[in-house]
Amino acid sequence: MALSGMRGLSVFISDIRNCPNKEQERLRVDKELGNVRTRFKNEKGLSPYEKKKYVWKMLYIYMLGYDVDFGHMEAVSLISAPKYPEKQVGYIVTACLLNENHDFLRLAINTVRNDIIGRNETFQCLALTMVGNIGGRDFAESLAPDVQKLLISSSARPLVRKKAALCLLRLYRKNPDVVNVDGWADRMAQLLDERDLGVLTSSMSLLVALVSNNHEAYWSCLPKCVKTLERLARNQDVPQEYTYYGIPSPWLQVKTMRALQYFPTIEDPNTRRSLFEVLQRILMGTDVVKNVNKNNASHAVLFEALALVMHLDAEKEMMSQCVALLGKFIAVREPNIRYLGLENMSRMLLVTDVQDIIKRHQAQIITSLKDPDISIRRRALDLLYGMCDVTNAKDIVEEILQYLSTAEFAMREELSLKAAILAEKFAPDLSWYVDVILQLIDKAGDFVSDDIWFRVVQFVTNNEDLQPYAAAKAREYLDKPAIHETMVKVSAYLIGEFGHLLARRPGCSPKELFSIIHEKLPTVSSSTIPILLSTYAKLLMHTQPPEPELQNLVWAIFNKYESCIDAEIQQRAVEYFALSRKGAALMDILAEMPKFPERQSSLIKKAEDIEVDTAEQSAIKLRALQQTSNALVVTDQRPANGTPPVLGRVMVPSMSSNVDHHVADQGLSQENGTLTTVDPQPPSADLLVDLLGPLAIEGPPSADVQPQQNIVSGVEGVPNAVEATAIVPVGEQTNSVQPIGSVAERFQALCVKDSGVLYEDPYIQIGIKAEWRAHQGRLVLFLGNKNTNPLLSVQAIILPPSHLKLELSLVPETIPPRAQVQCPLEIVNLRPSRDVAVLDFSYKFGNDMVNCKLRLPAVLSKFLQPIPVSAEEFFPQWRSLSGPPLKLQEVVRGVKPMPLLDMANLFNSLRLMVSPGLDPNPNNLVASTTFYSESTRAMLCLARIETDPADRTQLRLTVASGDPTLTFELKEFIKEQLVSIPTASRAPAPAPPAPQPTSPPAAALTDDPGALLAGLL
Amino acid sequence: MIHFVILNNRQGKVRLTKWYSTYSQKERSKVIRELTGIILSRGPKLCNFVEWRGLKVVYKRYAGLYFSMCIDQDDNELETLDIIHHYVEMLDRYFLNVCELDLIYNFHKAYYILDELLLAGELQESSRRTIARLVAAQDSLVETAREQASLLGDLVK
Repeated sequence: MALSGMRGLSVFISDIRNCPNKEQERLRVDKELGNVRTRFKNEKGLSPYEKKKYVWKMLYIYMLGYDVDFGHMEAVSLISAPKYPEKQVGYIVTACLLNENHDFLRLAINTVRNDIIGRNETFQCLALTMVGNIGGRDFAESLAPDVQKLLISSSARPLVRKKAALCLLRLYRKNPDVVNVDGWADRMAQLLDERDLGVLTSSMSLLVALVSNNHEAYWSCLPKCVKTLERLARNQDVPQEYTYYGIPSPWLQVKTMRALQYFPTIEDPNTRRSLFEVLQRILMGTDVVKNVNKNNASHAVLFEALALVMHLDAEKEMMSQCVALLGKFIAVREPNIRYLGLENMSRMLLVTDVQDIIKRHQAQIITSLKDPDISIRRRALDLLYGMCDVTNAKDIVEEILQYLSTAEFAMREELSLKAAILAEKFAPDLSWYVDVILQLIDKAGDFVSDDIWFRVVQFVTNNEDLQPYAAAKAREYLDKPAIHETMVKVSAYLIGEFGHLLARRPGCSPKELFSIIHEKLPTVSSSTIPILLSTYAKLLMHTQPPEPELQNLVWAIFNKYESCIDAEIQQRAVEYFALSRKGAALMDILAEMPKFPERQSSLIKKAEDIEVDTAEQSAIKLRALQQTSNALVVTDQRPANGTPPVLGRVMVPSMSSNVDHHVADQGLSQENGTLTTVDPQPPSADLLVDLLGPLAIEGPPSADVQPQQNIVSGVEGVPNAVEATAIVPVGEQTNSVQPIGSVAERFQALCVKDSGVLYEDPYIQIGIKAEWRAHQGRLVLFLGNKNTNPLLSVQAIILPPSHLKLELSLVPETIPPRAQVQCPLEIVNLRPSRDVAVLDFSYKFGNDMVNCKLRLPAVLSKFLQPIPVSAEEFFPQWRSLSGPPLKLQEVVRGVKPMPLLDMANLFNSLRLMVSPGLDPNPNNLVASTTFYSESTRAMLCLARIETDPADRTQLRLTVASGDPTLTFELKEFIKEQLVSIPTASRAPAPAPPAPQPTSPPAAALTDDPGALLAGLL
Repeated sequence: MIHFVILNNRQGKVRLTKWYSTYSQKERSKVIRELTGIILSRGPKLCNFVEWRGLKVVYKRYAGLYFSMCIDQDDNELETLDIIHHYVEMLDRYFLNVCELDLIYNFHKAYYILDELLLAGELQESSRRTIARLVAAQDSLVETAREQASLLGDLVK
């Protein structure tokens, strides 16, 4: 057994290892922590050696998974020890225990700087390593120039310089605004001539970061990268120690090719030719060998070469060579290669026109869908999804359906969603589509969201030829002994609407239909019963002349539910009962549902949302997103005159409550919770008003309304007259380009997260990724052209509010087909304000000139940094900030009612950290945060919410900080969040549509949104 | 870039962790718990990649130890696998047939070696010889200092 060289440490580790169980281990650890704590308290008596030993013990305990919340200071203080052994431990343990946000690190900056600029090479290395691993903004500010000097110093040895290169890389990556790299292109070019391959490897990583940000500046490095790659690939002048299983540094090869992928193209024909020669060599010359490590290394290089070839959009011949290689890979037994083959094929689909060649491998890809490895199955599913079109949709969807029965739970939801989307997008005929969805519900009912069955109902309702078929299918499924509740819902609905079309078939008389559906009633939950009641009413209506026997049966059921505790069921039972006695009038009231307005598939929208969530920073993924949405065809459903569609008519057929109330009396029916709002978005001409209005009071599109409120709309499908559809031919499209999805909702979502889609229409998708650091922010706009034609006259102008300093990098005038452009935007927050920056974006596609004004999610909360506050800190601060203008209080009315827990989550998502239990009253919340701006610097803000459990629509809000403007702005900001609907995608519509659905008076809202909203309510 | 490195054994005990991206202590424990569960439950003949929360984890098992590195989705997976193997070879060379016990009692050495191999989540040095030389130089610096500091420190527990 090797000993650690520190006896105390070894003994402790042995003790831990000898602990028979977790409790014993905890006891031993606690004892040790107690011991270390006492020793640290009495620091004077501690020798450097002991200190070192205890610090190691702390790290060990930390690694075991225990909280070590003391002793950080001691670890940091070892950094300034004069001798190497202690200093080394200080640096290493600090880098492991702390992260860049830790305050103690600041204490060490001076020592670290002295080590870096000092003469002791070993100290320099230690310091650079720590800064390179956990250095934050403060380090970047005070050390970057020194590190840069070291990197290019002619006297520093390679071991120092390679660390300097990577240290600089970290500082730059984290704070590109602080590290000055102006004029570094020449330096980088020089560094690429470096003889030492260690330094070259590190420098290449640095170059990747630099070019990824701004390739324009580094053109001069391009030929050098090609030279380096040539040298390595031909194994010229590569020292033995830098070959790995006979391959000249595979890592450096990969890095070099990665750097090359950030240059949009290679113009110089000679350079291009040499590069293609090298790539050709790699593509052709990589063989599969026995040694697994050698194989890994050579294929690491090969896959990077493939990526580079794809990026350069090489000649057709080379591309087909790549596809052939990938085809080979997806058939091999070695799982890694198969995985990568599938992954790269999906990427290939996005950049080039190779769909037909890839289709030849369909059978092989389907085999991978049954692989024992979930990673591989995921890739296969993704690829199948990407390569699906009208010609192969049937095969692919059927395979997915088959796989669904055996797939693990983790994949079923994704599988069902993808199958449903493909079936909808590429259905060769609609009856097949109905088959697929019903099978889907049958096989994986638990994973089929309501959206999926709403969608099939829409299709059937809108396509008359399909109705008898769908009804017959539903009837078939009802014969099965045990069916999923979703199947009960969809078949009951279809039978109710279209059951009469089956009239003369055996087993389809109204009575038979009724009894087979009614058999299911005892098995379903209360959300399905209303649907069944509607079906019964419809069956009655269709039975002409009335059958007294059926009538009595149904009436008995209505009678029974008249006293149901569930209000929705009760209401329907009472109303249907009354209606069904009206004789002929029933025919009008319960007539067939009218066609649904065409709209975008909520499924496809959902799939996009999911992808945005998982695709944090990958450009490839973003491109993939555009690909998915490419197939969408959007129609303009907005009425030309800007008036919202009339709700009443759509509702009448199933909405019993409208018979008694007057149709125009929308507000009233809204209140009893049964009518669902059709979102009257303001017409597009008023986009600006909508965007600048600080308060988005329009409800979310009702597709997102919670199921309970949505029972009626469930029957109708998803009433959302504004959104467009995926199934309408292009010809019907009108001139103006409409956004896909709600712009306001996307903005709201981005206010609480840092990446996602800001805007999308049929031609362009604008994604956003932001990083926030104190009072500064960096936002990258990803402008992705979704089409095969370029977007022209692209213009992006930022309209900054006075409190933000914004600098947008140059936006190219043209976005090439299927390409994505990244435009970084630097933001500095000068002072507290709730105003929002607006991006005025325009482009031309064909004859369409599109202009949109988009709010940028650089909102107040982005400059907040949550900070935990203990009771001892909170109360003195709270008291010291006494009264206006530093402490403001307001009773807010018209608050969207939500449970306290949700409110706490909302606060946390706005970076106001809620301290649970700090306020003795459980109905209150206390939150703390730090606000950063140039004028206020870092400033602590405290907030307290007192809710009234008896009336959740009002609360008292108190905000305090050391700056009067900040206090006011923050209070208003919080108020806006509480009265608006920040969690738009989940929340039910809080307010009825405003009586005047055209643009709400923005100015009035700014004054007191709470009061105005309360007025509306 | 490599966001973090986790080394744990078949029972899920952590032997080394190194974080190149910023994670709080709480997040770190959560990540370890989550990933250990995923990776330990994977069968032997599967690929070495796991897709996880929009990132990718490349892992490899050596005897009873799992070495995992988390990278971005479009990073080169095989390159990362090479880095893992490179590290293992270096440990093997340093400890002469490395086994789990070496890493338990000399976890700090494992950190020294890792720090020479990776920095800022990127590969720093690919020559095994150079790394071995640098680590040996550090060891001798510590050794010399220890001799000078006499026995005093060693006697006190």
